[in-house]
Amino acid sequence: MTVTRQNVVDFLYHEANLLDEWKLLEWAELFTDDASYTVPPIYEPDADATRSLFYIHDDRDRIQKRAERLLKKEAHVEYPHSTTIRNYHNVLVQDLDQDTIKVLCNFTTYRTKREVLDSFIGKQQFEIVSQDGKLRIKKKKVILHLDSLRPQGKISLIL
Amino acid sequence: MNSFVIDDKEKSEFLVHRSVFTEREILARERAEIFNKCWLFIGHESELKELGDYKRKKVGGRNLLFVRSQDGEIRALYNTCPHRGALVCRENEGNSRVFRCFYHAWSFTNDGNLVGMPGKDGFPEDFNAEGTKNMKAVKRVESYRGFVFVNFDDHAISLDEYLGNAKEYIDLVADQSDAGLEVLGGVQQYSVRANWKLLAENSVDLYHGMPTHKTYFDIKQEQDPNLKRVRLEGHGRELGNGHGVMEYVAPWGRPIAQWTPIWDEKLKEDMEKIKARLKEKYGEERAERITNYNRNILIFPNLVINDIMAVTARTFYPTSPGYMEVTGYALAPVGEPEDHRLARNNNFLEFLGPGGFATPDDNEALELCQEAYTNNSEVEWNDISKGMIREENAMATDELQMRAFWRQYKKIIKPSMMEEEVTMK
Repeated sequence: MTVTRQNVVDFLYHEANLLDEWKLLEWAELFTDDASYTVPPIYEPDADATRSLFYIHDDRDRIQKRAERLLKKEAHVEYPHSTTIRNYHNVLVQDLDQDTIKVLCNFTTYRTKREVLDSFIGKQQFEIVSQDGKLRIKKKKVILHLDSLRPQGKISLIL
Repeated sequence: MNSFVIDDKEKSEFLVHRSVFTEREILARERAEIFNKCWLFIGHESELKELGDYKRKKVGGRNLLFVRSQDGEIRALYNTCPHRGALVCRENEGNSRVFRCFYHAWSFTNDGNLVGMPGKDGFPEDFNAEGTKNMKAVKRVESYRGFVFVNFDDHAISLDEYLGNAKEYIDLVADQSDAGLEVLGGVQQYSVRANWKLLAENSVDLYHGMPTHKTYFDIKQEQDPNLKRVRLEGHGRELGNGHGVMEYVAPWGRPIAQWTPIWDEKLKEDMEKIKARLKEKYGEERAERITNYNRNILIFPNLVINDIMAVTARTFYPTSPGYMEVTGYALAPVGEPEDHRLARNNNFLEFLGPGGFATPDDNEALELCQEAYTNNSEVEWNDISKGMIREENAMATDELQMRAFWRQYKKIIKPSMMEEEVTMK
């Protein structure tokens, strides 16, 4: 299948939209069986997970568990669900003609709950592949461009 | 009111007045009586491996420079220029023999001594004869098993005496590794919009485990088909000087060394070897305690060492009554094999930290307490009575270890003292 830049950008917007709409199981389905979702430590985007503690270091199984957990009423931090807006900007698509398409983009994610608005900003790196005629995420790495998680306090939502 | 803490042994009722979570005057008192006088955790020796290694640290509201000076000694310098006060070191961490303030370019060796300034001819020759132009160091810096503390009170008792009975539990954590423990990269700096004392309580609160973290235990049950029911059982202890601990068994895996079915067979064999070595060194009983039992240790006022599904140290400080800054460290044995380390870190992240499946729910619980303290005028008291009827034999799910904190708090912060102060003004 021939993939265009527009296909890739639309796919990422779709991914962001599923998260904003709390369709988390559908979101998890976007990932390949060998996928990873990671948030490395601040200031250490290339950290090695055996030497540094990540914020999030999910394999496919934990991506699923994360999605399922957040939909439960007992995931107290997100019950009632927070309201979120995710934006991807400056989308750079590389290797469109390869098996693995690489995307680098800026992101801003806003979360509001109990009248407190928190923002998360940074870069995201994606590796995207085609499987059965559909685009799938093989890697989603979120590099926070923050000094710390203050005042956000947590990454309870999926970035 | 005679006290913010009512410790009624006859009625087996323990109450804490909710104003301690919201009032600015109380925070000012806490700064003066607690944070200016107690031993506060600054970091771990492993963070400063080489001569000249430094890290900026906020401790007790101060901006400190945690540094291993050229003479090998670990110091905590006040990160402020003796000249006009600017922050001298602006990098978060690094290695340097010299720190230079950019404002007027005064330079200091990494033990704080002034070694250069432009326009020296404008100052008398004996300008720094008394050392008052050096970067000032915290006088009291002491460590125990690699954990380094500072105290801003020059006359404080020694750290050793202060830790007292808590040392037994720090030993159990440190004894996991012959090579010692080290702090991993990626120290987690986060916050909670709640009073700092709520996190002290929460960190040694097993009672909230099931209701607050049900989603985590659901996952544990899915992962381990043999787990008939979640068991969280053990003892709570008051350790003196405000310190408390709970020690218990739990259904999660422990890197040292309780295997769980999410880990592979090779890791199981490795863990058996670790257990055997610990048995040889410490005997059956102590080895069993080190490997199979979890410990949440609260060192008064603001250090928590949790030896649970991984080892974490966490310290926190209030910038206002309703907001605290938290710093979370991960600790692991020096020289741990990579596969073991990765299993440990993934185990950590499944529960702990700002992106874990549990810590954010704790954060939420604390924030909801803080939010509802708007009702304090009418609903005044928190209840911390669980297990008061059996304190000599307290369960881990009782609240004795929290009462340990509050009993010390009661000794230090007295409403009458505040009233006196108000009258004096």
